[in-house]
Amino acid sequence: MNITAGLEIFWYLVVGLAMIAYTVLDGFDLGVGILHPFAKTDVERRTFLNAIGPVWDGNEVWFVIVGGALFAGFPEVYATSFSSFYNLCMCLIAALIFRAAAIEFRSQKPSPKWRTTWDMVFAIASLAIAFLIGLGLGNLVEGIPLDANHDLQTHLFSTLRPYPVLVGIMAVSLFTMHGAIFLVMKTEGHLQKKLMKWTKSAIGIFIFWYAVTTWATFIYMPHMVARMKEEPWLFLVGVFALLAILNILREESRKNYGWAFISSCVGIAVFVALFGIGTYPVLIRSEIDPAANSLTIFNASSSTLTLEVLMIIVIIGVPAVIGYGIWIYRIFRGKVRLGASSY
Amino acid sequence: MDVVLLSRIQFAVNIGFHYIYPPLSIGLGLLLVIMEGMYMKTKNPLYKQMTKFWVKVFALTFAIGVATGLVQLFAFGTNWARYSRFVGDVFGSALAAEGIFAFFLEAGFLGVMLFGWDRVRPSMHYFATICVAAGAHFSALWIVVANSWMQTPAGHKVIGVGDQARAVVTDFWAMIFNPSAVDRVIHVVLGCWLAGIFFAISVAAYYMLKKKFEPFARMTMKIGLIAAAIALVLQLISADRSALIVAKYQPSKLAAMEGIYKTEPRTPMSLIGWVDEETRTFKGISIPGGLSLLVHRDLETPVTGLDQIPEENWPRINTVFQSYHLMIYMWCFMALVTILGLFYLWKKKLSAKRWVLRALVLSVLCPQIANQVGWITAELGRQPWIVWGLMKTSQGTSTSINANQLVGSLTMFTVIYILLFTLFIFLLDRKIKNGPEDVPEEMPYRDVYQMKVKPKGAS
Repeated sequence: MNITAGLEIFWYLVVGLAMIAYTVLDGFDLGVGILHPFAKTDVERRTFLNAIGPVWDGNEVWFVIVGGALFAGFPEVYATSFSSFYNLCMCLIAALIFRAAAIEFRSQKPSPKWRTTWDMVFAIASLAIAFLIGLGLGNLVEGIPLDANHDLQTHLFSTLRPYPVLVGIMAVSLFTMHGAIFLVMKTEGHLQKKLMKWTKSAIGIFIFWYAVTTWATFIYMPHMVARMKEEPWLFLVGVFALLAILNILREESRKNYGWAFISSCVGIAVFVALFGIGTYPVLIRSEIDPAANSLTIFNASSSTLTLEVLMIIVIIGVPAVIGYGIWIYRIFRGKVRLGASSY
Repeated sequence: MDVVLLSRIQFAVNIGFHYIYPPLSIGLGLLLVIMEGMYMKTKNPLYKQMTKFWVKVFALTFAIGVATGLVQLFAFGTNWARYSRFVGDVFGSALAAEGIFAFFLEAGFLGVMLFGWDRVRPSMHYFATICVAAGAHFSALWIVVANSWMQTPAGHKVIGVGDQARAVVTDFWAMIFNPSAVDRVIHVVLGCWLAGIFFAISVAAYYMLKKKFEPFARMTMKIGLIAAAIALVLQLISADRSALIVAKYQPSKLAAMEGIYKTEPRTPMSLIGWVDEETRTFKGISIPGGLSLLVHRDLETPVTGLDQIPEENWPRINTVFQSYHLMIYMWCFMALVTILGLFYLWKKKLSAKRWVLRALVLSVLCPQIANQVGWITAELGRQPWIVWGLMKTSQGTSTSINANQLVGSLTMFTVIYILLFTLFIFLLDRKIKNGPEDVPEEMPYRDVYQMKVKPKGAS
């Protein structure tokens, strides 16, 4: 293997790990947002908001990193995917803007009307982000009509195909469960008891959609399991995903919510890994001629020099990011305390 | 309308609206470091009160800055796919550095700065504030470096032709330190400082007019005016250096900024006027030889006029001219009010000079206008190039989008931005009127839902 190919694979792993970081971390923010309107009193809603308050902004940066990493390392993929999914991107932008606005604005005024309005905006935006991310990934699995110039037109409605929609719903159920478990850890008393019940339902709903999506992938997306058939040990990764999910159930029934949350994090990470295993080395699959027109990590990458520079930036920067990230999470560990500077 | 024009309008709307906020974050970030630093040193509670107040305002501007900044992450890919393919290799490393070195620092420590008052030691809180401010500055650094490469490309080679052409990095440091990068970063950061500083001055002047929170207002005014004086002097030096760079590398931009059609000795520097693009003449007041002196430090050496440049490579002359001059007028106004403010502050008569205070309240608009028209000068002056000398703007758009999609998205952005701006002004006004003292809300929040939730059995 030459140096360039090695760097391309390294950068592919970086994009994948950034995706895992985003879905694991912002995943619970999105879940909290989706559950937000189910909390009834203002104190409960503020508790939800402040559970993610100090960290959601940093979590969202991982999304920027995924996009930026694609632009940097695989510019062809960045250009093709964002312009091809133009309408989907615009909806996602709107949702991201409204979520940020809702979190910041919601508690600025004591008026009930003001707060309920932003509560709904927060919930709908979180739901939309979760769904659109699933929808986008589902479309990447199924493939898009890409010509030899790697260009095409995909309208919002042509991205709303059955399989991607299913992945979108699965993502919503996954993040909802993830957020519910997170909230159990951040709350106490009556609210926590209520959240424990919600968690139970959320896990049940998620497992249903997980089963349906897995089934649909096996039946309708045979290319996703082709690699596993070639290299059967990769099935172990799928089995590992299943074990992580089952462990969420087990820990939940034992009321070990910390471990349930870790299992949920692992589950999400393994889902991203499975997406990678199924699609590698393809980043955007062409439906027209998958072999010739698809964008892969090898035909869409930046130059060797840029990939080297990127590797150095990552080696210097990411340990620091992880280091102070952990420090910040430690500062805000434990149950939510509402104070004067809270949302 | 065509995709190119609509994409340009959309980008201008996105970036123009976004650029209201990051300069405030950067400038307020600097002020927070100063104020909290003085609190750390003197333990005077007034400085803590100032820090706490501006942290709240910072949070509001930061939130909208992030929300509108996310749009830029998408904008290159969605609307400028061909451009993104062309520059990806060059832009990539700068943007990756911005994400990893700047955004995480800023967003990560923001949580500690906002919510960590009772959770960490004061020195750790101050450390968080410094990190937030540093992150804000780093993000300006990397994005302006990337933009400077579009103005004065260096350290690259172009491989392939037509739509397959790609700019590839050959020398990383030459690309980062491209000829205009350092001067433009300084110019932009100073513009951001001024935005934050005059924001603080404006609020302080408002309180002084209303005779409210006076110790807070006086101290903020003092810090603000001193910082403004320093930043304005530095900005003048930086402006001169930036102009030299433009003269050297982008002669058509400078010619448009000054409305110079004819290359001649004693090239005039215009003060105010109008460029008639039909007759190719300038009508207005100018200093003979001024531009020659500025650019070449010599009256006789001619400055390149538009007659030396092929017409298809001309930008919109009068728009660039007016934007550039408006930026300078804004600097003059800021300098004037700063001198007046400092003079009466020194004479201890500022509270009585209501007209000066009123001018200081209005001064918040000056750096904002200067920043906007400054960027319009830089970006419109670069036209028709998207990357100077390498790629035309019309070749940079996405081919897979159509005008209808663009009309839809442009409408969406316009509506969202009007909404966000209205809310921003409304909430800012509330925060300013509530003032720096922690007054509990007059109408304590009544738990409206409590009435609906009746105790139902076990739950």
